[in-house]
Amino acid sequence: MSNITNQSLSEILKSIKSKKISSLELTQAYIKNIENAKKLNAFVTTTFDQALENAKKFDNKQNNEQLLSGVPLAVKDLFCTQNVKTTAGSNILNNFVPSYESTVTKNLWNNGAFLLGKLNCDEFAMGSSNETSFFGNVINPIGDHLVPGGSSGGSSSALAADLTPATIGTDTGGSIRQPASFTGTVGLKPTYGLCSRWGIVAFASSLDQAGPMTKTVNDCSIMLEAMSGFDEKDSTSINKKKELYSKNLKDNIKGLKIGIPKEYRVDNMPKEIDELWEKGKKILKDLGAQLIDISLPHTKYALPTYYIVAPAEASSNLARYDGVRYGYRSQKGKDLIEMYENTRSEGFGDEVKRRILIGTYVLSSGYYDAYYLKAQKVRQLIKKDFDDSFTKVDAILTPSTPSSAFKIGEKTNDPVSMYLNDIFTVPVNLAGLPALSLPAGLDKKGYPLGLQLIGKALDEQKILNIGYAFEKNCGYNNEIKKWWS
Amino acid sequence: MSLDKEKIKHVAKLARISVDEAKVDSLTKDLNSIFKFIEQLNELNTDKVEPLTSILNQSLRSRKDEISDGKIREKILKNSPKKNEEFFVVPKVVE
Repeated sequence: MSNITNQSLSEILKSIKSKKISSLELTQAYIKNIENAKKLNAFVTTTFDQALENAKKFDNKQNNEQLLSGVPLAVKDLFCTQNVKTTAGSNILNNFVPSYESTVTKNLWNNGAFLLGKLNCDEFAMGSSNETSFFGNVINPIGDHLVPGGSSGGSSSALAADLTPATIGTDTGGSIRQPASFTGTVGLKPTYGLCSRWGIVAFASSLDQAGPMTKTVNDCSIMLEAMSGFDEKDSTSINKKKELYSKNLKDNIKGLKIGIPKEYRVDNMPKEIDELWEKGKKILKDLGAQLIDISLPHTKYALPTYYIVAPAEASSNLARYDGVRYGYRSQKGKDLIEMYENTRSEGFGDEVKRRILIGTYVLSSGYYDAYYLKAQKVRQLIKKDFDDSFTKVDAILTPSTPSSAFKIGEKTNDPVSMYLNDIFTVPVNLAGLPALSLPAGLDKKGYPLGLQLIGKALDEQKILNIGYAFEKNCGYNNEIKKWWS
Repeated sequence: MSLDKEKIKHVAKLARISVDEAKVDSLTKDLNSIFKFIEQLNELNTDKVEPLTSILNQSLRSRKDEISDGKIREKILKNSPKKNEEFFVVPKVVE
């Protein structure tokens, strides 16, 4: 079983169930891959000893009743893991070891999986290229000069490079879907409130949502089923019956209405993205879906709205990093205030500081109405656009990103051009909807491109089903040459 | 509107972040380009729009006011950069 690690999660689960491979052998195979892939810089922390022990424990008392029986998983380093360092990609949390486990990771472990390591990400999930991490940028396995996307860039890189059979990320403005698109993998941002935010390092609380990143749509449904569910400890968690996404996965999409929003054909969009979109439409049409032109008129205002709402919430959430209760503390400063100021100045990176300053400004006395209140009003209009469209269609098809993976360093000096990479993903977060990014083709340089399916709130099953049918008929080949080992 | 250096220093003070004098110029430039981008929103008339304060059609749940854990001082203090047996320790505040 030398090639076990390039198989999908569902195939791996079958091999474990039928005892073709033990959990220990599987874990050892991933550890070997990780050790050979240090160049990618996808991991901040590895937990090999703990993983090997858990694998042995599983093999001794094999329980195949669980969704993720005997599978090692690496997760984004934004999820608090009990007794395992959790950094959020920041110097300010470089020595933070939580005494508790996030609900979402706990759900994975309760379903039979165990931790393999913690994956690099943009600092506090603020970034679209994984270049803002204190632990250095992550390399895209597609090419040594390319960013893996962000903020869940360690997750996308590790998944595409076969360093974990599946993973989880968080998505505040596209941080699951954009890196999935850049690496030819599947990424789902669930409906706001479907997965608990408890124990996840907070960025922008009204937008943050955890979700799966996987090699196939079926894998995505398995992971979502395992990680989602009501949690008392998150006041915005939705209390509803647990859904069996993997059991109910179907590829019949005949008669479904797919909306095509005209506003997503933006100025200067590369021809290849347009062609990819056309290809996607044709696949769905051939499968019996009906394409319907729709309008989401406030789309162009989504990013400016996001860059008020997200920094405002971030400035409030990140006020807790004061060098007193946990995290880094500066040794400089003659009094308490100076200690705070130096701690935060030395502990945070430039992008995080920039966003805290934007957020502090838009919430400050005299400016609140002009910025924050205005943004909340426009957010209402953006949500209404989607509500109106979803009276006519079952799902919406768009490109995931306006470009394929860009070069390392290409956008670091121009924050606005970096922000524009999230133009197709951000509206979904503002409206709290679920959206799935699917690998759909390659550009002329051979880099992956993704398409996005947006669903109604809590309609994950439908977009997974459409994605499942799409995947079977798309013929996307996710084989990557392993140049790094 | 545009942000000048003094305004940025004031906001940094509010945010409790010391800003390196050498970096103020580039920070001013970056923030102004971001605010120029944000201010596209002024094209929209939103006089009659209600602000969106929650995307869930539910109000926040409240829990019963009961103690559900406790006696975990050690765990709470564990990650502190400076502590004694019972407290977080900070630079002297009162003479």
